[in-house]
Amino acid sequence: MSTHRAYPMFDPAKSGVPDDLCPIATEMSPMLPGDWRSMRPIVDRDKCVKCAVCWLYCPVQCIVERPAWFDIDLRTCKGCGICATECPHRAIVMVAETTE
Amino acid sequence: MSTAVLEKNQYAATAKPRHIVCEGNEAAALAVAMVRPDMISVYPITPQSSLVEHLAKLVADGRMDAEIVDAEGEHSVLSVLQGASLAGGRTFTATCGPGLAFMFEPYFRTSGMRLPIVMALVTRDGITPQSVWGGHQDAMTVREVGWVQMYCETVQEVLDTTIMAFKIAEHHDVMLPVNICLDGNYLSFGAARVTLPEQAEVDAFMGQTDVNWHAALDPLRPMAVDPLTGGSGGKGPATFVRYRKGQCRGMQNALRVITEVHEEYAARFGRAFAPLVERYGMEDAEFALMTLGSMTGAAKDAVDEARAAGKRVGIVKIKTFSPFPIEALVKALAGIKAVGVVDRSVAFRWNCGPMFQETQGVLYRLGYHVPAASFIGGLAGADITVEHFHRVIEQTEALLRAPAPTEPIWINESD
Repeated sequence: MSTHRAYPMFDPAKSGVPDDLCPIATEMSPMLPGDWRSMRPIVDRDKCVKCAVCWLYCPVQCIVERPAWFDIDLRTCKGCGICATECPHRAIVMVAETTE
Repeated sequence: MSTAVLEKNQYAATAKPRHIVCEGNEAAALAVAMVRPDMISVYPITPQSSLVEHLAKLVADGRMDAEIVDAEGEHSVLSVLQGASLAGGRTFTATCGPGLAFMFEPYFRTSGMRLPIVMALVTRDGITPQSVWGGHQDAMTVREVGWVQMYCETVQEVLDTTIMAFKIAEHHDVMLPVNICLDGNYLSFGAARVTLPEQAEVDAFMGQTDVNWHAALDPLRPMAVDPLTGGSGGKGPATFVRYRKGQCRGMQNALRVITEVHEEYAARFGRAFAPLVERYGMEDAEFALMTLGSMTGAAKDAVDEARAAGKRVGIVKIKTFSPFPIEALVKALAGIKAVGVVDRSVAFRWNCGPMFQETQGVLYRLGYHVPAASFIGGLAGADITVEHFHRVIEQTEALLRAPAPTEPIWINESD
């Protein structure tokens, strides 16, 4: 989540707006896909050739480029497994997330 | 469609009141142009289509500086306007029947978000049986969705009510969407003489647009609009109740604001309409008819003739059906000995007309028993004639002596 914020969040109490009109939220309570993912992709660096097929297919754009391989941003990865299915070198496998 | 009234110099300043002859759909479009909306989104559907055509022409001719969005369907139409309203724009749309049905999801959300969007509901009967003709079934079906609904009697009232609708919707004590209900066929296509208000007077009447002071899509005031309130076990349901009560408060405030705006309009433009309930010939009436919308004209003619023949009958016409004008009706019906309620739609669950169904609750508050009958007529565009109303008057008068029927009386059944 970006911490950049140009303006303070709207404060209905300060602006005198009644609290029974349009429902609005003025506090951020973000939930990222990584908070509810059930399967996690693991990249085998020896097999990865940086062809970028995973990067192209990832629906949430969570593939991160490293010097010699592609990695996953686990904050935003939802565990859909499309990268593992599409990888032509079978360099990505999905493993179950376990409870801590 | 008359084109003469759409000439560019139509609104040129003149001291004389300007009269034109136009259909109800055109009257609504002209009224919309006069309140200077920022965005209009529409999808054509019979009998509303010519209203869309008039709006498009007003914009194409450079007489209305509004964005027109031709969305791919009514669901998108109202969703587009929600965004425009949250961005601070004055907005308008029009639909009916199946179009309203397709619009239902954003239609419900509009009142919950307290967006003062104005919509002409060119009332159409409910399909199926297949019908593209007038009736109140579409408007009655959505009477519990938190919109203000006002039914017009004449083309002039369509024009004036459309202007007033924006002022009512945008009033800070109301902040609710408003339907102007104009009868499909009879008002949508019925041509009549109307008097156009002066543009400068309308501008002064409307004042500044201020529609997103409570919730906005505005980078300078960041907020999340319409978030999930949360489930049972937390504060979610209590939050939900707070907003629902707010909607009910807005609806009750609307009864007062509708009355005030009608009074202000009458003082400024010289045309007065009953805001909630109109009483016609009720001063000494022993029994009454209740009507809604354009049928009232024929009812008034019949009542005039009946009164001339010595019958003590009057009319109570409802203009504002939502919020339901309970107190005004209690006053209007006090002392009456029998009521015949004429609906142009069906309340399937109660086997009567919807207005009859709701009126029963008002009769209960009178504190004495009033025999009442439900008449259903004008379905699928059928005409309720003066002769029909004479029969309604006879059958309502009979309630003074004989027991009330337990089933509705279908006016056009044997036409």
